[in-house]
Amino acid sequence: MTPRPATLTPAPAEVALPPARSPAAIALRRGLSHGGFLIGAAIVGFIVLAALAAPLIAPHDPYAQDVSRRLIPPVWHAKGGVAHLLGTDKLGRDYLSRLIYGSQISLLIGLSAALISGIIGTTLGVLAGYYGGRVDAVVSYVVTTRLAMPVVLVALAMASLVGGSLKVVVLVLGFLLWDRFAVVTRAATRQVRAQDFVAAARAAGFGPVRILAQEILPNILNALIVVATLEMAHAILLEAALSFLGLGVQPPLPSWGLMIAEGKQYMFFQPWVITIPGVALLVLVLGINLLGDGVRDITAPEGRH
Amino acid sequence: MSEPVVQIRNLTLALPAGADRPHAVEDLSLDLVPGKILCVVGESGSGKSMSAYALTGLLPRALRIAGGEIRFEGRDLLRLDERAWRELRGRRIAMIFQEPMTALNPVMRIGDQIAEMFEAHDLLTQKERRERAVALAREVGLPTPEQIVRSYPHQLSGGQRQRAMIAMALALEPAILVADEPTTALDVTTQAQILKLIRDLQQRRNMAVLFITHDFGVVADIADHVAVLQRGRLVESGPAEAVLRSPQAAYTRALLAAVPSLTPPPREPITAAPVALSVANLAKTYATRTGLFGKPRVVAAVREVGFDLRRGETLGLVGESGSGKSTTARLAIRLIEPDRGTVRLGSLDFTALGPTSLRDERRRIQMIFQDPFASLNPRRTVEQIIAGGPIAHGTPARQARARARELLDLVGLPPSAAERYPNAFSGGQRQRIGIARALAMEPDVLVADEAVSALDVSVQAQVLALLEDLKQRLGIAMLFITHDLRVAATICDRIAVMHRGEIVEMNRTEALFRAPEHPYTRSLLAAVPGALFAGTA
Repeated sequence: MTPRPATLTPAPAEVALPPARSPAAIALRRGLSHGGFLIGAAIVGFIVLAALAAPLIAPHDPYAQDVSRRLIPPVWHAKGGVAHLLGTDKLGRDYLSRLIYGSQISLLIGLSAALISGIIGTTLGVLAGYYGGRVDAVVSYVVTTRLAMPVVLVALAMASLVGGSLKVVVLVLGFLLWDRFAVVTRAATRQVRAQDFVAAARAAGFGPVRILAQEILPNILNALIVVATLEMAHAILLEAALSFLGLGVQPPLPSWGLMIAEGKQYMFFQPWVITIPGVALLVLVLGINLLGDGVRDITAPEGRH
Repeated sequence: MSEPVVQIRNLTLALPAGADRPHAVEDLSLDLVPGKILCVVGESGSGKSMSAYALTGLLPRALRIAGGEIRFEGRDLLRLDERAWRELRGRRIAMIFQEPMTALNPVMRIGDQIAEMFEAHDLLTQKERRERAVALAREVGLPTPEQIVRSYPHQLSGGQRQRAMIAMALALEPAILVADEPTTALDVTTQAQILKLIRDLQQRRNMAVLFITHDFGVVADIADHVAVLQRGRLVESGPAEAVLRSPQAAYTRALLAAVPSLTPPPREPITAAPVALSVANLAKTYATRTGLFGKPRVVAAVREVGFDLRRGETLGLVGESGSGKSTTARLAIRLIEPDRGTVRLGSLDFTALGPTSLRDERRRIQMIFQDPFASLNPRRTVEQIIAGGPIAHGTPARQARARARELLDLVGLPPSAAERYPNAFSGGQRQRIGIARALAMEPDVLVADEAVSALDVSVQAQVLALLEDLKQRLGIAMLFITHDLRVAATICDRIAVMHRGEIVEMNRTEALFRAPEHPYTRSLLAAVPGALFAGTA
């Protein structure tokens, strides 16, 4: 044997490492130069702030009726006034205040529905992807069954059976919108599971819980975030649709969908009663989707160096 | 010597801003001569593939031509538009790629793909095209050409696919053939055949060949001229004989010295040490069902494999792809379950353990994986990766983290590496992290599955030296799986040759290389590229 120096072969000329950057830090740097991500983050951030600060910034009580001041047009209209910047509805309630409080409802429903469906879908998807075989067959069957049910129809039926309320809408949507979570996490898990680092974890004697929590979940998080934003937008739109049909959030709660429903009989004479909440919905959903796409873009190709 | 047909002069290709260097290729000048093969050699990232792409007008969009010219038949290729390129490609300049499975269209018959070459250039009639396809299939040595032109790429073996690719490239009798690592994805015996084919065809047709490779063995077998690239610069060029025998540039000398020699160093046989790993009658059969009613296809991946491995000993498991060597490795550490047979670690019957005790005992046998990019979790820091195993087995986190830093030092990485994520490291550095992770478990047996195959020769030499050192120091037994006989000769005390799921020959490395007994071992040894070229080490 050739004699070797006491210290083991160092890595020559490789010791100079680039500055430490976590994947999260790299993603943030990329995010700051991604237009869609910035616009989406700005919109969503603005609406979230408005929802949180509603009691502070809303000019009027959203429930205070004043029959003498019904259907005042917004301020840019000739007959409008600064007292009600976005005018009033048919019961004389301040439209801007209702819009601001309405964002709370939309965000609450979007977040809780995405959370519930996310937990259900991710659990099913990860288990199916990790264990494969029989577990996968059962989960795939459940997903197929769920996909065979038309979401709007089932939501309508459930809401009309139990009676519409905020809680019912959240639960119905939460239990209906998990399919995409399950499909996406199942595929992502299968992909990650095939990687050698999962084999290394198994060879090190890790149990399934540790492997799922440390090796699998962090690596499918990107896909999960994107699906979560999509489902949030989806839930918000479905709530609006249910409320519009009178089966969602009940009056006098200021839901945007309900505002559109209440304004529909005036839409030919006072179009702003439905365009204002309609535009608010459009902007929020657009913002969430831009944010989701942005997150996907800036985290997708994991820089190898 | 005849006139060069292609003259590359002062070619400079600019990399996009933010890359690790300004130019992919800098001031490169090369000549291609009819009837001669020019090998461009270099490590990964040396710009060798980019010079091939420049010659075929297939440069990635991100690269900008910053200067120089490529003269061919009175024109400067760098100034051609896409229409002129289409006319030239295939007809005058043809290319073959590394991965024949992905370079062929999977839903098109081989014959149609060859005939398409004529179709794309509006040549010949339908019938003539078909006849030419068969003739070409025959010329590149595809068996039963009349029938094989009707098969799809997946029905062919890797070597046959590469032959089909070559037939396509030759269809229009190009003056220049560009081959980008055409044999890297192939087994040694197949590689030897394809190299011979390229050599024959090139002589018969008097083509100029630009052959890109990282393998000096291949260079020694095929090259007339050699150009060595380092980080985009030409460091040495000249006749193959001269460059290989008496390299002038220091970099070339270092590269050649890093090529493992086919002559194994003398090693003391290890007979006294206790047996660390004992495998007996191991068998694994795969049955894949095609469709709902299809007959299951049964493949015996591993058949009755058995060997003993002593402490401080390295046993090489060599063979070609599909020989069952990787399956054997995964069976030994129970990543997959055997159908039959036993794996014993010392006195412990590893195959008889239930799930809970298996999890506890797994630490005694650890694995180093082939792909340094897939084997480290990108979301965890190096310290978490190395310390994770011991922590899962109940070592206090503090102690495990301190040990992780010691191990980093042991494998030659600075302690500051602990805080980084894997994406901060090169392939060789990642492989060191993988070794540290395996050692953290303080195993009795290390299983290295093609652990250096994905690395450049110079890095490969360092990692091999590291493994050798660790084995000496820690008295670990090592099962070393490789397809590369040169690597096996360097590091193994004994070698077991696997063929179709069986060990056909097992002997001390020296004896095996000196006097191979089994015909398959002999054909493997004969097929090693550059067999006569011993390396200067």
